[in-house]
Formats: sequence, C-alpha cells, structure tokens
Amino acid sequence: MKLTFNIQGGDFTHAGKPSSEVKKVLKQLNVDGKTVKNIVIALYEAEVNVVAHAWKGTVSAEIDENKITIFVEDDGPGIPDIELAMQAGYSTASKQVRDMGFGAGMGLPNMKKNTDELLIESIVGKGTKVKMVNYFK
Amino acid sequence: MIGDAKYHSLDPSKCIGCTHCMKSCPTEAIRVVNGLAVIDHERCVYCGQCHRACPTHAFYVEQDDLAMIRSFKYRVILFPSIMIGQFPGKYSEDQIYDGLKKVGFTHIYEVEQPMQVMIDSINEVLADKETPKPAISIYCPAIVRLIQGRYPSLTENLILRKAPHNLAAHFAVEQLMLEGALREEIGLFYATPCIAKIAAVKSPVGESESIVDGIVNMNQLYNEVMKVISDDVVDDNTVQRKNLSTEGINWSLTRGESCHFGSRSIAIDGIHNAVRFLERLENDQVKGIDFIEMRACDQSCAGGILLTGNRFMTVERLERRAKRYPSAKEIHLENNQENSQELKRKLILDPIVPKPHFAFGKDRVKAMEKMDKAQRIVCFLPGIDCGACGAPNCHALAEDMVNNKAKMSDCIFLQQKWVDEGRINARKAFLNIQKKWGTDRFKADCNKRGRRNEGF
Repeated sequence: MKLTFNIQGGDFTHAGKPSSEVKKVLKQLNVDGKTVKNIVIALYEAEVNVVAHAWKGTVSAEIDENKITIFVEDDGPGIPDIELAMQAGYSTASKQVRDMGFGAGMGLPNMKKNTDELLIESIVGKGTKVKMVNYFK
Repeated sequence: MIGDAKYHSLDPSKCIGCTHCMKSCPTEAIRVVNGLAVIDHERCVYCGQCHRACPTHAFYVEQDDLAMIRSFKYRVILFPSIMIGQFPGKYSEDQIYDGLKKVGFTHIYEVEQPMQVMIDSINEVLADKETPKPAISIYCPAIVRLIQGRYPSLTENLILRKAPHNLAAHFAVEQLMLEGALREEIGLFYATPCIAKIAAVKSPVGESESIVDGIVNMNQLYNEVMKVISDDVVDDNTVQRKNLSTEGINWSLTRGESCHFGSRSIAIDGIHNAVRFLERLENDQVKGIDFIEMRACDQSCAGGILLTGNRFMTVERLERRAKRYPSAKEIHLENNQENSQELKRKLILDPIVPKPHFAFGKDRVKAMEKMDKAQRIVCFLPGIDCGACGAPNCHALAEDMVNNKAKMSDCIFLQQKWVDEGRINARKAFLNIQKKWGTDRFKADCNKRGRRNEGF
C-alpha cells in the first residue's frame, strides 16, 4: 500500500498533513501506539526540513505487513556535511524560520532517534533524498 | 467500551432521518439505516454532539428513577456548581438549596469541594518526573474515551486522579459517618450535566466501581426544583457551603483547571477543537506544555447537554458567584490534615488502558487488504460527502462497504451514473433509495417526517 504527498517549500501552515495521514492509516492497521508515534515524529521532522530549507518535495510511504518505508525527496540546496547536520543543535535555518519556532537543529537527530533505518543522500545545489524504515512490532 | 452499555438512545418516533447528527459526530459513530439514525455504541464517546445537532430532540438520555432516593436514610445530592449557575438570578443560593431539600434530599454537596485536596493531588502527579508531559486532565469523561479510542498512544498522558464528583462523594461519606451514619444508610446521587458523566459513573474507566449510587439528570432536577422553589426568604443555609471555594466554583468552567497547574498550560473546549488538538499532540507538535485541560462541550460543563440555562449566562453567574467565596487555601477542614490524606488516597485512579477502535479489524494483513479495497472504492465515489448514502462521508461509506455494511448502490450519484449508462433501470434505482430512506419519504406531504417546521 502506497501513499504519496507533495510538500511546498516555505509553507509552514500546511506542514504536518502527510504525517497526519500516514498516522491515520497506521492506526487503522493496528500498529502499536509507540511505533506510530516514532514514525510520525520522524516524518514530521523530515517534512519540516523540506518546508524550511527546500523549494519543493515529495513524501511517499510504502506500507507492508511488517514495516513502513518512507521516502522524502526534495529539490533544494542539499546538505554539504551530513555528519555535521546529524549533530544535535547544529542548524543552518534562517532567523525567519527560527522565529517561527522551527530550526532548532534537532531535525536529523530526532529522525535518527525515531527510525530503525535512516539513509540520507544529498547533492549540494540539487536536493536531498531521505529513506526511513520502521519495523512494526 | 466504550459501549457495552447504552446511556443514550434514539426515539424512532421522533427521528426524521436527516443526517445532522451523523455529520456532527466526532467519531463517525452514527449511520442512517432505513431512514433512522443508528448509534454504534462501540465508537460512541458520549460527547453529546448528536443531541445538540438533532432538530427534533430525538435522542434521549437514560436515567435512574428519582423515587429510588427514598430507600436511603441519608440522601445526598452531589452536583457540579454549574447547576446553581443556570437558575434565574432572582433565586438565591439559599432558595436553591432549600428547593433541593424539598425535592427529597437530606444533604447537599456541590462536587467541587474540598478543592485544595484535588489541586494538591494533581500537583503531586505533575511534580513526578515520570509523568509524561503534557499531562492531560481526566476531568471530562468524553475526552478520556476519545483518547482511549482514537489517540491510544496518549492514554499514558492522562492524569490518574479521579474527578470532583468522586472527591465530594468520599468527602460526604466521611462527614456523614463522623456524624454517626452507617455507610449503607447513605445514598449518593449525582446530578449530571451530560451523558459522558453518566457513563463515568455507571461504567467508570480506571476504577472498578463508582462510589455513586444513582444518577439524576440535571435538566430533570432543575425542573423538579423549579416546581417547589420558594419565592420568599428561606432559612440561611450558608453553613452547607462552608467548604466551597472560588477555585471549586470555577473548576467546571473553561480554564477552571488549567489556571492552577504547570508553568505552561492550555485549556481547550469543544470536542472538534479537542480532536484537532489531540491530532497535533500525537504528532509531537506541541512542545513545552505541562498541563492540558480538555472538555468536550463548548464553554465546558456550562454547555452540557442536560443544562437548561444558556451556557454564557451560566458562566457569567458562576464567575460572579466565585468571587464571593474564599480561596481554597483559606478553607480548613474540620478533621484537617488527616482527613485530606485519606481523601487524597481515595482519589488515585487505576491505570487507564488504550482501547483503540480498528475500522478494519485487528488482523493487519486482512486490514491492509480491506484498506486497499476501500481506497479503490473511494476512487468511484464523488467526494461530495452529502450523507445521502447514510454514512457521514464518502470515505466512511467506502469503509462500510469493505466491512459489508453498505453497498455501491447506496451512493445516489453512482447509482444515477449507472442509470445513465443503462446498467440499472430508473425504477430499481428509486426503490434502492426508498429502501434506505423509507417509502413515504419522497411524497409531497406537509405532515411527513422532516417537514419544514422540524428542520433548522
């Protein structure tokens, strides 16, 4: 089963729609609450990253019996140093984004913490691809 | 559960099958079948939205017979302070209390007392580092049931402390027994402002059995009191309100709880507001909040469906009243500390378990198949969410179909398309609609159900 969504860069008003929809499906599939929470937190962070940094992006979630695989891909500035970005508190978010309560530098660390597998590929000036896998208990 | 028991029902002679209730239900628990609304008690959280939405007052609330109070020597009426707020301003608290005595009660306890015990007890929970934040109040039983069913991962955030009606009930029992009453001689009756509180008493969550013996619906009690209330000056009975405080009187109003707790707190009223907020909360989009007060009714309990008074006027009267009372801290109980410790112990709830409602069953593989199927069905439906199929929206209809509770031809638009394509004849299509909505439904008849004076 597959769900796909588009994300518009800069549109903080509507950030959270994909995570809410994915959550609804997972709950209906009797996935345990803790796992659903992890997935939703990771996906929301990924969404906000796209909104805060990139121009546009897509979310696609593939759900099977035992796991969910989420791809978040964007056209954006890319991440020059992924290792640095994975450090808690490291942020390149603009003042404008920080003033809106985002961009605290916890995005990638939070995604790492809440997923079983996290893979990030990025080309500077082109965009970033994120793959997240969570297994159901 | 949520509903093995039914605390509200529908009078088929009054229901006009108009879809208003179905559309207002926050858990999609209502369908229209054969022209009548049907409640799925498994999904119902007793928020009362359907009662508000119904133009013909077809929903009614089950209640205990008021005559039952006569079998007890000590007949205690427990009622939330909002009860007082509904009476016209010309009646004094003395006259209302006197009226309740005339109705047959021997002892009168507003439930929000002694409030400092409750405040301290909740603060203990909040001070515990193990308590997940934001902690959510269990005050509104409709919210508790909503969280158990729709937001199961948030059940751990619920504060395991009983509601004020339990507080006052234990308090009343202790006081009466000190005066020499035997426990079995004491009958505790709770005047309820809503269905959710009835469910909380009759099938409580987080306690094996409620201490309360019976329920009186607040609208019925209001009418009974209005029959006997005196217009003349009655004896001063202020002494019966000596443990009542500003905090207690404001408790059932919006922000009545949240203003006491945490460095950052939020108060939400209205079930649809609650749904939207819980959605955010579950996505972990709410940061740094310590305490959340959440009530299903607009204006909290002042908006309860069993109240007679206008909710805004009720709030105004209560707020004015609250100012005349001392703060909870200034009230000293007769048996002081010892008494409060005992009460505090009795306020602790057992853990509350999640009770998720699965639209597609518990078996994940089967659920996925059904879900896939439902998603394909939705592609055929018009997305108008008109309710003419008897389900609240197109998605709900698709879910019902995969659960074998509805069929494609229930969609009147799809059916019309089939007629156009020559797949079924017009006669058969019309018979399908009649089957769903009743045979007399489509006659030009000013006396039929749903006629103009019964609508909005």
